[in-house]
Amino acid sequence: MSVDTATVAKIASLARIKVSEGELEAMVPELNGILAWVEQLGEVDVTGIEPMTAVIPNTLRLRDDVIDADPLTGGNKRDAVLANAPAAEHGFYGVPKVIE
Amino acid sequence: MTDLTELGVAAIRDGVANGTFTAVEVAEAFNANVAAAQQALNAFIVATPEAAIEAAKATDAKRAAGEALGKMGGVPIGMKDLFATKGVQTTAASHMLEGFKPEYESTVSQKLWDAGAGMLGKLNLDQFAMGSSNETSYFGNVISPWRRNDGGNAALAPGGSSGGSSAALAARLCPAATGTDTGGSIRQPAAFTGTTGIKPTYGRCSRWGIVAFASSLDQAGPMARSVQDCAIMLEAMAGFDPKDSTSLDMAVPAWEAGLSADMKGKKVGIPREYRVDGLDADVAKSWDDGIAWLKDAGAEIVEISLPHTKYALPTYYIIAPAEASSNLARYDGVRYGLRDLPDGANLQDMYAATRAAGFGAEVKRRIMIGTYVLSAGFYDAYYTQAQKVRTLISHDFKNAFTECDVILAPTAPSAAFGLGENVDDPLKMYLNDVFAVPASLAGLPAMSVPAGLNAEGLPLGLQVIGKPFDEQGVLNAGLAIEQRAGFTAKPEKWW
Repeated sequence: MSVDTATVAKIASLARIKVSEGELEAMVPELNGILAWVEQLGEVDVTGIEPMTAVIPNTLRLRDDVIDADPLTGGNKRDAVLANAPAAEHGFYGVPKVIE
Repeated sequence: MTDLTELGVAAIRDGVANGTFTAVEVAEAFNANVAAAQQALNAFIVATPEAAIEAAKATDAKRAAGEALGKMGGVPIGMKDLFATKGVQTTAASHMLEGFKPEYESTVSQKLWDAGAGMLGKLNLDQFAMGSSNETSYFGNVISPWRRNDGGNAALAPGGSSGGSSAALAARLCPAATGTDTGGSIRQPAAFTGTTGIKPTYGRCSRWGIVAFASSLDQAGPMARSVQDCAIMLEAMAGFDPKDSTSLDMAVPAWEAGLSADMKGKKVGIPREYRVDGLDADVAKSWDDGIAWLKDAGAEIVEISLPHTKYALPTYYIIAPAEASSNLARYDGVRYGLRDLPDGANLQDMYAATRAAGFGAEVKRRIMIGTYVLSAGFYDAYYTQAQKVRTLISHDFKNAFTECDVILAPTAPSAAFGLGENVDDPLKMYLNDVFAVPASLAGLPAMSVPAGLNAEGLPLGLQVIGKPFDEQGVLNAGLAIEQRAGFTAKPEKWW
């Protein structure tokens, strides 16, 4: 499978990255080179093989059902959460208007 | 008086504990080296000399009070700028996170401070840890302190992504540094700079507070100038953390106390698939040296087969970008980091403009690849297929470890290359990790130790890969190599 300019533009849109026409043109051969190379995986016989889900066997844990059990990751941290926000306003994240 | 910056972790820890020198003297010596080398090597993004002195004073005060100093007591270290450090800029070498000051400390860095270490600064790296030469950093290339012996002074790559860490170690700017390894990012830079580094079993070190690249592969580890120093630092970094769902709930072994270079009764596997056509002659020779050294240490050498080796790199370059595209979706200009809001832009425009301005070319390339292989209609052909091949690669290792205890291979297919030599061809750059990536895909502990110099006078590394949880076996084989290689070369100071 290879990609053309329109497909690369679609991928960039899905990835939410603004790409100029010139960048698009440059990306097409680059991505095609990488995709052509990874396509060799298609020749591997994977009959009956399960996709990897955990590289080292482990069990998922549940934490105790206690609010703010770990103060580091608990709640009531509004100011710390907003400390690095580029446009915090009135205790919220500020964003451009989304509803007309 | 000895030059304190020539000392490693164990020597500093013991010297401070014995009162041979103070922790403050050590911190001052390294702070001076960091400052003097910054212009030429660019190993640090931010230096934090005050933090190093403050930690050293605390250690000296503890000693005066007769208290225990901790595993890393009095040892100043470099912190890869991928670990969140409270109140100190954490960038992942990206424009996206320039100026970002975390409100919290990563688990691994906190453990190191609790063990008595101090921070010399935040080390440069490839942007979001994506690269093999430290040429993708927004804050400029790191220059290796090593030069070829041809009399020229071509700038060489320190490896990547932990290139600031490796360059700083080789140049004696720190006795130890943190690294992270997703597909070779500890081992390859260690090999390029004549330093030592270990990636432990996936889950040994908490990922909490490490800027995420590919979560099923990312693993932190120590980089230093000896196997013993790596063992000490890994003990301080490892351990269960409930804040990381993939953290291993296992006790941390006493790796330093368990060190033994006696390989009697051990079998060392030599994977025939790693002996690729056109393997660099010096690399092949260092591999043969390693085999002879381990035999001398008492090990039995066995040939093994890892049949899916050639598929490891393409598998990695589907899985890692796929996970990266998902992980890096968080950089949207809303919650932290850069925001680019063109006049009249709506929310979607802001996302796209922010990500265009905040990510470098290699990061964009990987996000694009990841987005494509996860997109509707292509997911099974690429991503599911890659995860199945990953299972086969893991099976290969499982089978091999029925015949051997550890595996010996080169770390990288060549010595350090010149800056700019591989930047025009992403595939050529990716091939640097051909020997490192398989162990990452299988989550195995693996380390690189210096083996010697090639004909150009540049270091080559040997890689030891072990069974899951058997860091001790890896460290011990590494120690047997280290003792026989007698690697004492260091770059001649020009910076």
